[in-house]
Amino acid sequence: MSEIHTSKNSLEQLFQHAGEMNHSREEIVGDIFQASRSISQDCVKYQEATNDQKSEKLDKILTSPIWGYPIMLALLGGVIYLTIAGANIPSSMLASMFSYFETYLTLGFEWIQAPEWLHGLLVLGLYRGVSWVVSVMLPPMLIFFPMFALLENYGYLPRVAFNMDRLFKGAGGHGKQSLTMAMGFGCNAAAIISTRIIESPRERMLAILTNNFVPCNGRWPTLILLSSLFMAAGYTGGLQTFVTASVVIGIVLFGIVITLLVSYGLSKTALKGVPTHYTLELPPYRKPKFWDTLVRATLDKSLYVLKRAIKVAAPAGVATWILANIDIGNVSVLEHIVTFLDPFAHSLGLDGYILMAFILGLPANEIVLPILLMGYLSTGAMTEVNDLDALKSIFLDHGWTWLTALNMMLFSLLHYPCGTTIYTIYKETKSVKWTLMSALIPTIIAIAITFIVAQIVRGLGWV
Amino acid sequence: MSDFRIALAGNPNTGKSTLFNALTGMNQHTGNWPGKTVIQAKGNYTFNEGNYTLIDLPGTYSLYSNSADEETARDYIIFDRPDVTVVVVDATSLERNLNLVLQVLEMTDQAVLCINLIDEAKKRNIRIYDDRLEKKLGIPVASISARNKAGINLLLKKIEGVAKGEIVTSPYQVKYSEQMEEDIQRLEPYVSQIVKGKYPTRWVTLKLLDGDRSFMDHLYQRVFSEGDVSHV
Repeated sequence: MSEIHTSKNSLEQLFQHAGEMNHSREEIVGDIFQASRSISQDCVKYQEATNDQKSEKLDKILTSPIWGYPIMLALLGGVIYLTIAGANIPSSMLASMFSYFETYLTLGFEWIQAPEWLHGLLVLGLYRGVSWVVSVMLPPMLIFFPMFALLENYGYLPRVAFNMDRLFKGAGGHGKQSLTMAMGFGCNAAAIISTRIIESPRERMLAILTNNFVPCNGRWPTLILLSSLFMAAGYTGGLQTFVTASVVIGIVLFGIVITLLVSYGLSKTALKGVPTHYTLELPPYRKPKFWDTLVRATLDKSLYVLKRAIKVAAPAGVATWILANIDIGNVSVLEHIVTFLDPFAHSLGLDGYILMAFILGLPANEIVLPILLMGYLSTGAMTEVNDLDALKSIFLDHGWTWLTALNMMLFSLLHYPCGTTIYTIYKETKSVKWTLMSALIPTIIAIAITFIVAQIVRGLGWV
Repeated sequence: MSDFRIALAGNPNTGKSTLFNALTGMNQHTGNWPGKTVIQAKGNYTFNEGNYTLIDLPGTYSLYSNSADEETARDYIIFDRPDVTVVVVDATSLERNLNLVLQVLEMTDQAVLCINLIDEAKKRNIRIYDDRLEKKLGIPVASISARNKAGINLLLKKIEGVAKGEIVTSPYQVKYSEQMEEDIQRLEPYVSQIVKGKYPTRWVTLKLLDGDRSFMDHLYQRVFSEGDVSHV
């Protein structure tokens, strides 16, 4: 043991001694830079750079102070517009296909004289729930994710970060926070890990605590679906799609505003400090491998999200059906829970089912909508899977207005992160306190904002 | 069982993950932006009946700052001592990328330079002289295009050569200012007594002069825990 102590002490002594020699990191790094330059001068020859400036020219436009933001909005808008416009028809086709098979399933169950409850559990609970999830979630994902992946592989995301960088500095955060935020549009848990690129612990914590305010893969379908069902009811045709897309973009922008506000608030209170400097590299634009990207995005993202949704939604469907069909004093357990949550939910512009779906949906945001549908379907309003109109009538039957849809979108955007993300935050921060904060801050904001919106809208008599 | 461990280092966005996928047949997420890979991915490939484990390190511009991803990459190369460290660089911005290469060469002799995106460089009329680089840097150099899977075989052959000791390297050493070199020489004998050939002496000395406290802490832990083990 003594030998180790000596070595530890002498290392410390050496460290002190070296410190007194007064060398700086700049000195070391400067010499390395010089060596790099001389080597590359010997070994690389640049002939007439012809299309070298293409990236730079493009960047002048895409990251320009004037055009940067409008182009960003237009691109996001375009992607969402195409998603909504393209998803409707395949959604309806999938829905009628599932409904077609359901008839045969029911006949089959009758033919083998299966008991009523088994048919209820498997067909009306499980099959219907899964059918709805697949028909409403798969088509938008199949359009949205590949388009997003194309933009990502082309190199557009760092430009988004570059454009947003000034805003984040203004809010007291690190410029790289805009990069981790951009990653949050895919998956918040992955984005939390990506905050490792931020050196300062304070700024990293800001990035972690606010990452949840951008919608992830699991929440995009909810936003897009609810917006297209309720937010553009008075419009038809192309205009309807346009309004729907605008609402989704509005929600996303709202999330970004909240991100900045919360960053600002925290950097003035619990996480005080001045933003550090950094350089952000803008990589050259690269033509993505088109088909590769499409296939990857489809297999990796769309099917992954769907698989996750079904894997959790299927048992949840069964559980919801059981809860709905076990009675305590003539009222089902499900209704007990819903009735209990209802008054509070109502003050937020939601209802007990929605709140229950968010609570049960903690493991993954993908399953919130499925659980909600199963909850509604299990209460006797046995709507067959038909088309999106039928879906809308399920919601309408349960007293939905555009306020319900708007507040569910807001709640989805702002509420606590999913279980995976919370676990990741704990692993990255190793702090129970900050993990709790990362769940509490969004939840409080979600409740406050939906409450305010509901009170204002009702107070003004708009619904 | 794996015969050799190969680490992939390099600047962000040079196509490390694309190369990783091409070699291992895995599907690490790739994307055109820095900061995408921050945790290490591991995969396997075989070449000439040898088994290789490939470790995709986080992309970093240097190994001198103290963000979590740079420390991960640095500690892996220093403490886990991979059999070969492959530094992947972007052919279209070699000069900037070389900074990291030179830093890696201070840490290990067992290195291969992999120049990726060579197709992109050709398009832009950038000519890179592999042979001159090889001579200058003292390590094998292979030009590839990971996304077109071109040049991979040569790269694997060079990795094999270094891993098996068939290719002997003599890495380029950055020469610092006179004062710095003098101080390095003064400290080196003491450092060498402590690290006992386990870690590159010159590099540890530089870290002392750099005043990198966090690295010293990691080194303490290593010296301490490894000492513990040898006493058992």
